[in-house]
Amino acid sequence: MSGYRVTGAGRVDRARTVAFTFDGQTYQGYEGDTLASALLASGVTLFGRSFKYHRPRGVMAAGVEDANALVSVTRGPGRFTPNLRATAVEIYEGLEASSQNRWPSLKTDMLAVNDRLGMFFPAGFYNKTFMWPRSFWEKLYEPTIRKMAGLGNSPTEIDPDHYTAAYVHCDLLVVGAGRAGLEAALAEAGSDKRVILIDEQNELGGWALSDPDQAQWLAQSVATLTAAANVRILTRCTAFGFYHDNFVGAVERLTDHLAQPGSGAREKLWRIRAGEVVLAQGAIERPLVFEGNDTPGVMLASAARTWLYRYGVAIGRRPALMASHDSGWQDAFAMAAGGVTISAIVDVRDTVDDALLRQAADLGIAVHLGSSVIGVSGRHKVTGVEIAANSGTGRKRIACDALMMAGGWTPTLHLWSHSKGTIAWDESLGAYVPDKANENVRCAGACSGQMDLGTGVVVPALPTPKDASRIKAFVDFQNDVTAKDIGLAVREGFKSIEHVKRYTTNGMATDQGKTSNINGLQLAATALGRPVVDVGLTTFRPPYTPQTFGALAGHAKDALFQATRKTGIDGWAQDNGAVFEPVSQWRRAWYFPQDGEDMHAAVNRECRAVRESVGIFDASTLGKIEVVGPDAAEFLNRMYTNPWKMLEPGRCRYGLLLREDGFITDDGVAGRISPNRFHVTTTTGGAARVLAMMEDYLQTEWPDLDVWLTSTTEQWSVIALQGPRARDVLSALDTDIDLSPEAFPHMSVRLGQICGVPVRLFRVSFTGELGFEINVPAEYGPAVWKQIVAAGQPYGITPYGTETMHVLRAEKGYIIVGQDTDGTVTPMDAGLNWAIGKKKKDFVGKRSLARPDIVAPGRKHLVGLLTEDPSLVLEEGAQIVADPAQPVPMTMLGHVTSSYWSEALGRSIAFALVAGGQERMDETLHIPMPGAVHKAQVSGMVFFDPEGARINV
Amino acid sequence: MLLIHCPYCDEKRPEIEFAYGGEAHIARPLDPSALSDEEWETYLFIRSNARGRHHERWRHIHGCGRFFNAVRDTVTDKFETTYKAGEERR
Amino acid sequence: MTRFSALNLFTKALGGHKGWQEQWPTAEPKASYDAIIVGGGGHGLGAAYYLASKYGITNVAVIEKGWIGGGNTGRNTTIIRSNYLYDESAHLFDHAVKLWDGLSQELNYNVMYSKRGVLMLAHNVHDVQSFKRHIHANRLNGVDNEWLTPEEAQAYCPPLSIDPNARYPVMGAALQRRGGTARHDSVAWGYARGAASRGVDIIQNCAVTGIRRGPDGAVEGVETERGFIAAKKVGVSAAGNSSVLMQMAGLRFPLESYPLQALVSEPIKPVFPCVVMSNTVHAYMSQSDKGELVIGAGTDQYVSYSQRGALHIIEHTLASICEIFPIFRRMRMLRSWGGIVDVTPDRSPILGKTPVPGLYVNCGWGTGGFKATPGAADLLAYTIAHDAPHPINAPFNLERFRTGRLIDEAAAAAVAH
Repeated sequence: MSGYRVTGAGRVDRARTVAFTFDGQTYQGYEGDTLASALLASGVTLFGRSFKYHRPRGVMAAGVEDANALVSVTRGPGRFTPNLRATAVEIYEGLEASSQNRWPSLKTDMLAVNDRLGMFFPAGFYNKTFMWPRSFWEKLYEPTIRKMAGLGNSPTEIDPDHYTAAYVHCDLLVVGAGRAGLEAALAEAGSDKRVILIDEQNELGGWALSDPDQAQWLAQSVATLTAAANVRILTRCTAFGFYHDNFVGAVERLTDHLAQPGSGAREKLWRIRAGEVVLAQGAIERPLVFEGNDTPGVMLASAARTWLYRYGVAIGRRPALMASHDSGWQDAFAMAAGGVTISAIVDVRDTVDDALLRQAADLGIAVHLGSSVIGVSGRHKVTGVEIAANSGTGRKRIACDALMMAGGWTPTLHLWSHSKGTIAWDESLGAYVPDKANENVRCAGACSGQMDLGTGVVVPALPTPKDASRIKAFVDFQNDVTAKDIGLAVREGFKSIEHVKRYTTNGMATDQGKTSNINGLQLAATALGRPVVDVGLTTFRPPYTPQTFGALAGHAKDALFQATRKTGIDGWAQDNGAVFEPVSQWRRAWYFPQDGEDMHAAVNRECRAVRESVGIFDASTLGKIEVVGPDAAEFLNRMYTNPWKMLEPGRCRYGLLLREDGFITDDGVAGRISPNRFHVTTTTGGAARVLAMMEDYLQTEWPDLDVWLTSTTEQWSVIALQGPRARDVLSALDTDIDLSPEAFPHMSVRLGQICGVPVRLFRVSFTGELGFEINVPAEYGPAVWKQIVAAGQPYGITPYGTETMHVLRAEKGYIIVGQDTDGTVTPMDAGLNWAIGKKKKDFVGKRSLARPDIVAPGRKHLVGLLTEDPSLVLEEGAQIVADPAQPVPMTMLGHVTSSYWSEALGRSIAFALVAGGQERMDETLHIPMPGAVHKAQVSGMVFFDPEGARINV
Repeated sequence: MLLIHCPYCDEKRPEIEFAYGGEAHIARPLDPSALSDEEWETYLFIRSNARGRHHERWRHIHGCGRFFNAVRDTVTDKFETTYKAGEERR
Repeated sequence: MTRFSALNLFTKALGGHKGWQEQWPTAEPKASYDAIIVGGGGHGLGAAYYLASKYGITNVAVIEKGWIGGGNTGRNTTIIRSNYLYDESAHLFDHAVKLWDGLSQELNYNVMYSKRGVLMLAHNVHDVQSFKRHIHANRLNGVDNEWLTPEEAQAYCPPLSIDPNARYPVMGAALQRRGGTARHDSVAWGYARGAASRGVDIIQNCAVTGIRRGPDGAVEGVETERGFIAAKKVGVSAAGNSSVLMQMAGLRFPLESYPLQALVSEPIKPVFPCVVMSNTVHAYMSQSDKGELVIGAGTDQYVSYSQRGALHIIEHTLASICEIFPIFRRMRMLRSWGGIVDVTPDRSPILGKTPVPGLYVNCGWGTGGFKATPGAADLLAYTIAHDAPHPINAPFNLERFRTGRLIDEAAAAAVAH
């Protein structure tokens, strides 16, 4: 391999070459290379285009902080990922990567014209224009802005990969496996503490991987930790967020680096609860701000050293250094020691430590103190730099093919900041450092601000003789924020760093300001003439680096997105052709179409069967609560509007439950099994809510009551057998319960056995027909159901679904809480006054019913509605008016809550909530629909068998 | 995700085991019908919404099922203490 | 005030952009004002703007404890819509939408109001009934909202999955075409600039520490970190901190403050042409001008002022997003953050007078305040100027919690059987 690979240097495996493509061209690297190192080794300097000006960009940093070299990677259908950092993509055989945000190609990007016009697109330009003509905003300006923005393309197909997750607990979590992190873990290796060590890279070591002098220590340390049974090591794992009480989220990348990813999970979310956390996230070198600092080939000095010593790649034949900090000199010396000729060292400082000067002299490197780079030549690759003394004199050119920049160090405080630890400004570092901890967490190593990297000066922007308002010196490289943008923001009155950030977008790119925040802050402080601490620092927010949606969603996809609750009889319904509907978490049989039937035909047939003979319905989803104890009746008396104390064992009652604000929240029939035991039913969707509400009152308001509450929803299968032949079917089964009307009247409950299994048999009806609800232990449900179906064959027993149930109950005027009521309906509004125990001094919600606007006239009442055209079925949700001729906005009286074709009545029926509805009986109202106005007459709600003769048989 | 000490189980457990129950020590009046509309409104709706020390109820719904009280700082989200229902306000 | 225009931008560019002036001057508090607005978010700045521009009260200060637009204004997902069910809400939010239209031109500040359409997904029969009810009510109220079949919904928003075998299949959608998004920061800045140019003082980094009342109980002014500032009229528009401020005036409010999170993805090229909301699956999303997918998460369950939420809320939100838009599963979350939302018992705002003479309040917007910004601002200004509510905000009074005339949109959409 040729190009810039340096023989003998680096940790890549020279025995294993890896072929990959970038923008369709094939390259070779070695195992252990990142996409960035392999391309650099091949002499590639141009990696991408910037966000706004489409300027050519190379790599600026060697780690996740790089803001320039974003690529898309595709590996087959559905496996397209945009915006990956080339510095964090490990190469594998066959990797296909491409550049982004350019057209038609990376080298020839038409939108680079933006760069020429850049003077017209300063920070916040969009606030000031694109307003005229007004209609152009939607049709032209905004679509154009949007098209220019964005980085990579979106995935377009469904991701076939899956993701996994785990909870884990440990005594010590160490984030970052550089020297400090390794030492923190080593201190506990072999102890009785559970230790987790996390690092985002493919191998442990952090900066030590770029320093051959530490290689032996590193190898020993890794061996010790690997052998320690109490230490779990997670590489390729990013701790991305620090949440309450030492809860840390981390994502481990399992397959992206593999040539054959296999069928395992792509990524794993670790939810870590740690006793103590040590943050050893290191520090990030700062770029310097000068014209041309974004030219491909200009990069951080530490990154250049990493390319050489970790990857065996020289960034150029003759790189130069621009420094404001000693660490850059050390990097340059290390490069020289590795065989790379350093063409010059330029330092903005007038004096530096003599030792540095001596070493430079020994190495024969030309040094320019008190000077700065003021320009870079080369468009896709550095060809030289222009420097000048800080006074502006002595401009000269230096030939070089790369430029290292060393602007000092910024401790990585992201997770510390997520944990709400405070930070303090360190003037000597020109950076924030950790101050007071808010959790059991400490920082170790460079991120603590304790670094021994020499000294430096903080220079917001390098001095230049050029007109600062005419040059582009970049601060946020990806978002194309320049020093003059920050000056402009301050000039326009944006004086808080949060305002500067939002106005200029500094720090808002996909690196979230890792290399730009502090430079932006320094520039803003300088422009304001105020100390940095007065200008503030923008808040770090999770995630530390971008994390995959799929990893955070974890297992919760498709059927596992949320469990589907199914009854025991669900399988029979499926086998018998049921169409299902989702109802809260359940799926319920909606209707049972026979050959060629649509829903309408099926429901009509099912309705006829129930009215004429017998139907069978799976009511198992009904919520069920067992209320037990000496005070059970008293408890129900306080909860429900109805009186319960006088209800005899063996009898049932309809119960109405209000919230404390007086509005209906649930209803259901309860049976008194014995003096101390009630079988209470709730709506399907309300079961959990009602039980929680009952527990709340029982535990916290009435702890004196001797009552136990148990959810029994899943314990009983409930089979509703409804229709004039229901008793005949039941009689044909083996049961010890006397089914005669005298012994077992409507609204009673009996205990016994049926088909050889225990049963709580309710004689109740939600259809208006003779009816039973057969409660058997859930596991017997399917068997009993089948026996009933068999016994019902002589009567043409017909399974029916929720839609038929809705029609039948509506014909009888029975409401459904949540459909005919909506959380703003009182018992009086719903015509359920009869369900209120008039002699009861109190029940939940009673006091609210006496509030002024609850007793005021004109409230909406639930009433029946009969259309003038009996064949017209109104749309549920349709609005009702008195005067259809009025202009919009109309005065609406209410809306249709339920509406069906009634097969029994041969016409449509509806319920509606109508203002003053009780006083509008027989009044004709109007329902204005698109294209037609329907007429309907207000009526009572019981449309079928108003005397109830069919129930009491 | 908060870590919450259940005073009944005497263990710190993750927040997903618990259901928040609103402000604590708001007792339901013994005779609501004797209250004025203003007094009833206060019981129903008026909350301290304290910025700082906040008394609140939690229920260990996926544990012992019991309601208990807590004092938590709403600025830091840190619990000061938790105690059993019926015990004196702390 | 320099008028913004393309020509002006061009001219200034030739001058190296040195000629721009402060968009709003830094003001030191005066001893007294005719009116003070506490809270420099979009609502508060807008109220000051309308007081000065529409209601003739220009001796006004906006007092902000931090930086303007730094609360929920700068933290929300910028959804704008008015397809609310009840007349009161529909009129309130439609008043705002009408003001959004043309706001850029009025303020001479591009707030980037983008009428991208808001699509609300129905996933079960109950959703369908509820949305149809909304659509019919909106139609008769003159608010646009239309029903789309699943296929029409997907045509409007191609990334939407309408797989009938999904856990929560899409059964249809309600579309408000006038709904959309705007650039949140620009709203605050545009109002600040407009207000300042009409004489309003915008005072940042100045926390209010007390509300002073006279012997007659009426407001006399506010105590601040920089001393007392007199005003006979004080409007509080402080979102999550409203309870704290009301307590300074001796008032206890029916409010609780909860953490609410939101997040964005890395920017991608335009792929998502509208706003989509799903209440049943708990997800809502749009794509910003910059290309980020902007996603709203849910609230944490407990009262908090920490502006910090839990990871499991984010996990649930992204699971929901991936369920409805499975092509985004490989997209990556770039940033998540938290705000404080103040919620009333009926989840509708309180906007009007208080029992304290001269003290006005605008609070309780919960998760939905941004869309109302121009409307709430105008109505708060009207109420302050007239010492009486406008008919549009009259129903959103404090008394409703005593009398029972709640405006409970969420209950109306309640999950049924």
